[in-house]
Amino acid sequence: MKLIPIIFFACAGCSFAASAQKDFQKKYQSQLILAEPGAVIELPEGTFTLTNTLSLEGKKKITIRGKGMDKTILSFKGQTDGAEGIRISDGSDILLEGFTVQDAKGDAIKAMHVTGIRFHEVKAEWTGVPGPANGGYGLYPVQCQGVVIDKCSSIGASDAGIYVGQSQDIVVKHSTAFHNVAGIEIENSLRAEVFENEAYENAGGVLVFDLPDLVLKKGGQVKVHHNKIHDNNYVNFAPKGNIVASVPSGTGLLILASKEVEIYENDILNNQSVSTGIISYFTTGKTIKDQAYDPFPSAISIHDNRYERKPGLPVGGDPLGLMVGKKFGGNTPHILYDGIKNPSLLDASGNWIAGQCIAIVNNKNQSIVNLDAANNFKNMALVEEGFNCNK
Amino acid sequence: MLRVILLGTLVLIGSVSFIGVNRNAYPQKLSDWQIFEDKLSLLHPKPGVVPYTLNTTLYSDYAEKARFVRLPAGTSVNYKPRGVLDFPIGTLLIKTFYYSADFRKPGINKKIIETRLLIREANEWKAITYVWNDEQTEAFLEIAGDDKQVSFIDKEGTTRQVRYVIPNQNQCKGCHNVNDILEPIGPTIGQLNGKLAYSTGVRNQIDYWKAHKMLLNVPATKSIPKTAVWDDPATGDLNIRARAYLAVNCAHCHRREGPAQTSGLFLNEEEKDPTAIGINKAPVAAGKGSGGRMVDILPGDANASITWYRMQTQDPGERMPELGRNLVHKEGVALVRDWINNMK
Repeated sequence: MKLIPIIFFACAGCSFAASAQKDFQKKYQSQLILAEPGAVIELPEGTFTLTNTLSLEGKKKITIRGKGMDKTILSFKGQTDGAEGIRISDGSDILLEGFTVQDAKGDAIKAMHVTGIRFHEVKAEWTGVPGPANGGYGLYPVQCQGVVIDKCSSIGASDAGIYVGQSQDIVVKHSTAFHNVAGIEIENSLRAEVFENEAYENAGGVLVFDLPDLVLKKGGQVKVHHNKIHDNNYVNFAPKGNIVASVPSGTGLLILASKEVEIYENDILNNQSVSTGIISYFTTGKTIKDQAYDPFPSAISIHDNRYERKPGLPVGGDPLGLMVGKKFGGNTPHILYDGIKNPSLLDASGNWIAGQCIAIVNNKNQSIVNLDAANNFKNMALVEEGFNCNK
Repeated sequence: MLRVILLGTLVLIGSVSFIGVNRNAYPQKLSDWQIFEDKLSLLHPKPGVVPYTLNTTLYSDYAEKARFVRLPAGTSVNYKPRGVLDFPIGTLLIKTFYYSADFRKPGINKKIIETRLLIREANEWKAITYVWNDEQTEAFLEIAGDDKQVSFIDKEGTTRQVRYVIPNQNQCKGCHNVNDILEPIGPTIGQLNGKLAYSTGVRNQIDYWKAHKMLLNVPATKSIPKTAVWDDPATGDLNIRARAYLAVNCAHCHRREGPAQTSGLFLNEEEKDPTAIGINKAPVAAGKGSGGRMVDILPGDANASITWYRMQTQDPGERMPELGRNLVHKEGVALVRDWINNMK
């Protein structure tokens, strides 16, 4: 007889919890739908469970503000609907501040077609051991104009933690990324400045990529400086098929087919396979069908960085790492260049025309290997000359 | 006294409406729109409200749909061979989602879930939805979305359960989106060029619209485009039907003007570039949606194709379409599988 009220209360508790969740979702989703310009959506302190994407659409001048990165936590662990935690589309002057998005089924926070999107003290996180079932991107502005990511954090993304794609005028600063496949990635984007961040214990620390078959094809004018990029030797747990799945574990910084990239005054430490790589799209082994795509890196300057690595073979077992390890043993050079140059940027004697060269100068512990990728890596060798832009 | 205050607070919390302030001043009840006559749940249209159907329809968790259009009195639409028709200001497109208790006896004992309205206003389309009550006597405006547990018996006689998701107002534009402007998806000439059983008998819809002066400047019948019916081989070969299915189910996002333009995968019927429709195309930002597969379509091998993988997975972070599909569309997956497997 006494069991009956207990069961009753237990069930009442369950349904109350479920309906409280639904109410939270509806309450904040409604606020986001009805928000007028200038509105501040205040998220309370606590951990809240959501089952569907929270979306903001077609809005101007909206702030979504929690009580702090570790105080307001939106958990999507039981998410049943929607492909991202928070989705922001077609807006302007949007500020996200002071909260964490946890365990989204897809991307944590995606912003598309927003002019003026700021992330301030926002964390995207997948809890537990990082694995391929985690969502792809943590903070994910794409086709946005005017992006600021400041004092943010991303942990556990199965693609890139902080990922800016097909966007323009970007600042990523004072942020932290670890246990992602890629820590910070700037892809097919124009005018990005990435500084004073810490990217560590990812498979790859910082990536600057230009990929084919996209709407915004040509990125460039990217500066990466005063970052701490270290110990990016985490296993690459990306699902196959994605471009980051081919980033070797042990990569500090990788430039793929990008133009006008300046890398300076970074600490690039203990990234055991590729401290820094400069490669063309050909070296990925993927075919190119996009006629308008330029697969070559050019106008790259890498200077005044500090390189260190621990003695020992490259980590991970990536084919490139294995090959370099076989050639150089435990003393892998810091900077790997695939040697494939855009022929249209060379003069008659095979030198870079003005302004298009690849400069690698004045780095502490600088060592460069030309992979000779064009000849199936046959004449892979250390090189000292040819990276000072004919000076 | 304390008890009274507490009780008052509880009542207040309980009565807070999440619909909030209705700034657009749309009616709170579906019946206020004066679309249907008789008992609301019969969906009997009033005069001037015309039923329509589409040759290949969007899959929505096996929900059945009743579509109606209401043009403002005395107005009409101009014929246009491609794209959604340019409906006049004041047009209403009305789509009601329901489940028959037993799909072998359609229309009997149906449970109506929601009625969505697309409203052609002066400068733009607006999308709103009304959610039906359990008594099936009325539907109420809902902007924040909801979900409903539904049980039905499918065509094979198997009992199925689905958690049917009613999108929130923002999610409407997740699909109804051309260059960030909300637009209808379905009513193109090609999609309307098929037969429908009207109360007065079966007729081709284009003929009916023309005869009722709803559609003007209609050319000769044989030059009117016709979208294939995805599951009727008499209307097109495997390639044509698979492309029609993908166009209707995917291309509202996956086209150059749509929200999935970032992917470089374009599935509208006009797309001719093999890479853009996914053939040997590497994914861009699929994340775990790649399912460990290298390309969207590997000709001859559906199982190794991301397109097939994402159609048959249940994971919200992997599945396609992103919205409105908790149940795999077995028949649609089979069509696309056969299409890829037969590709050389």
